[in-house]
Amino acid sequence: MTPWVMMRSAMPLSTMTLTDAAVTLALIMTSVAMFLALVRLVLGPSLPDRVVALDLIGTLSVGFIAAYDIATDQPILLDAATVVALVAFLATVAFAHYLERRARDD
Amino acid sequence: MTEVLSSLLLVIGGAFMLLAGVGIVRMPDLFMRMQAATKAATLGVGCMLFAVAVHFGELAITARCMLVTAFVFLTAPLAAHVIARAAYSIGVPLWKGTFCDELHDQKDQQGPPSPEGSAAMSGQTDSKETAAARGTPSDDNAGAA
Repeated sequence: MTPWVMMRSAMPLSTMTLTDAAVTLALIMTSVAMFLALVRLVLGPSLPDRVVALDLIGTLSVGFIAAYDIATDQPILLDAATVVALVAFLATVAFAHYLERRARDD
Repeated sequence: MTEVLSSLLLVIGGAFMLLAGVGIVRMPDLFMRMQAATKAATLGVGCMLFAVAVHFGELAITARCMLVTAFVFLTAPLAAHVIARAAYSIGVPLWKGTFCDELHDQKDQQGPPSPEGSAAMSGQTDSKETAAARGTPSDDNAGAA
């Protein structure tokens, strides 16, 4: 299929395949979700709120990479998804560790 | 056939992710936000990676997709639990409609300030009484659930 993401101009609707439409829709929805997580990251009244928003952004990135995989026919990007998932998990656990230690020290 | 299946899975996964994004903005307190984000986003990632596996249809790629899916499904609840524990121990406030706080009596935890005074002291409190004392129990945030 055509890697529509690489195209310079918008693809006319008549040449869009089903996969193209689904990938476009999935990328748009993931982007909106990522923006909403960013809103929570900026607003978040407490520090754990921001950590949760960061964790969500990491998880959403994995999904975004999966959709981008299909858009570009490049399965090698799955390795990047693995690394993003790993780093997001480790970051969350580290943040939680330091939060809890701060609570114990008070 | 595989095209239809992978497209359907992609759209379902994207919808779950959008739901996670809406949940993390609209939910009233940290713990509800966390459950919305964790569960919906995990299911969305699972659907999307399954779509990748169906789309390419090769053993090596399917195995890698299963690996990432298993990793996310194993670590997402763990991360949520760890961060919830830390948030509770530093005293993040609960939603004002919370009526069951089972960790409140534990001595080693300095729990968050009880939102309703004595109403949230134990999980055995009659929820109807609590609701009556509160007036309308969940008027403002019921739509977010």
